[in-house]
Amino acid sequence: MDRDKLYQSLFELIKITSSEIPGDVKTAIESSAQQESSGTTAHYAMDIINQNIALAQKKSAPICQDTGTLLFYIYHPVGFSTRNLRKIAKEAVVNATKDGYLRQNSVDSLTGENKGMNVGPGHPAFHFEEIEGDQVEIKLMLKGGGSENSSAQYALPYAALAAGRDLVGVRKVILDAVYQAQGKGCGPGILGVCIGSDRGHGHLVAKEQLLRRLDDSSKNPVIRELEEDILTTANRLGIGPMGFGGKTTLLGCKIGVENRLPASFFVSIAYNCWAYRRQGVSLKGDGSIAKWLY
Amino acid sequence: MKKLDYPFSKEAVRELKVGDTVLISGKLFTGRDAVHKYLHDGNPAPVELKNQIIYHCGPVIITDPETGKYKVTAAGPTTSIREEPYQWEVMRDHGIVGVIGKGGMGPKTLKGCQEYGCVYLHAIGGAAQVLAERITSVDAVYLEELGSPEAIWELTVDQFPVVVTMDAHGNSLHEKVQQESEKIFKESI
Repeated sequence: MDRDKLYQSLFELIKITSSEIPGDVKTAIESSAQQESSGTTAHYAMDIINQNIALAQKKSAPICQDTGTLLFYIYHPVGFSTRNLRKIAKEAVVNATKDGYLRQNSVDSLTGENKGMNVGPGHPAFHFEEIEGDQVEIKLMLKGGGSENSSAQYALPYAALAAGRDLVGVRKVILDAVYQAQGKGCGPGILGVCIGSDRGHGHLVAKEQLLRRLDDSSKNPVIRELEEDILTTANRLGIGPMGFGGKTTLLGCKIGVENRLPASFFVSIAYNCWAYRRQGVSLKGDGSIAKWLY
Repeated sequence: MKKLDYPFSKEAVRELKVGDTVLISGKLFTGRDAVHKYLHDGNPAPVELKNQIIYHCGPVIITDPETGKYKVTAAGPTTSIREEPYQWEVMRDHGIVGVIGKGGMGPKTLKGCQEYGCVYLHAIGGAAQVLAERITSVDAVYLEELGSPEAIWELTVDQFPVVVTMDAHGNSLHEKVQQESEKIFKESI
């Protein structure tokens, strides 16, 4: 793999993820804008959101100033150098920060120091997975603070809502997370959910659900029904775009299921704002971009 | 669509009501988590804030390589509720007349708006480009040592679009939506 070509692909991936909303999300936002009655503040909010999407793309500038945590997901064949990838990706992050595609967003948790280049312990975050074949795919999510602060984890039974260890209980806590996100995450939002697993991996799987396309449904009919139910019920809550009141509170809900311990039943929820910045590329053998994934 | 023009005053903001869409022209001062804590800790404001508007925003700012001047490349609001413990104090001690942010704030701030003559103006979260376009100049920076997103940036804006969601008369759109959605939520589970 050619080093310069790989660098260029990674830089391009960051640039496009920061400045362009993926097609499936754009479609969902446009259709939800049409559902809000004209003259309402909800409609006004959706109108500005649509203008902003167009303007960011035209100017090639960040959709949202909170360019978030950079989460790289790398799917690679055996023999691929993950160490090399980390090094080149960090270079691309530093240069994308200098060019104003990324905000200076990485702060030392002990001293409060911001070195201004978005690299440091845990930043950016890398998730590697070895896959069959010889293709390399790299996905990137820019997850902002407002959306991450709205993410949640519940341990069932959850007494406050009388949520037990069954799908009825799971449904209750997912809807609670939507209710609690008002005033924090920028709605309409998207949920990634993990039922089961341990606390750490549960959050990871919940985030990975956000890599699914918005028009994708679960293959498990029980989960598919729950995904649809959450979407419909959440949109009846009347929270609306930016919490102004209205018909669109959620654009999608994607749920994954993992096994759990007999003693534990976690439901982990990753909230994402409408500025849903996730993109991906598959690479040619030389490291240049073969195609965009969303 | 209403207009709020510089210099701002308590009288002008008291005219604004929940649900009004407003275009602001004049000066804004960004200030978010670190600035609010800094003022709460009793440090003097590095710039006079009386009759000014604070904007909860950590912008993306770069230095233009040709002119050497600061340039805003993205500037949407950040979540305001984190400043709930401090905001009323800033109203009382520094005489601000407006707070721009997103997501709304709680009862302490609502009471502060009523007592000190202030208004909460909601900008559209995530709309960093539409909002950055309305910033016509970056005039100064204070407390830059807090890091670029946390510093106070003095900005001039032209027709900056916001919605009044908490007014100086004790009304809050957020309180209303929360109460209504809570009722439906309880019925739905």
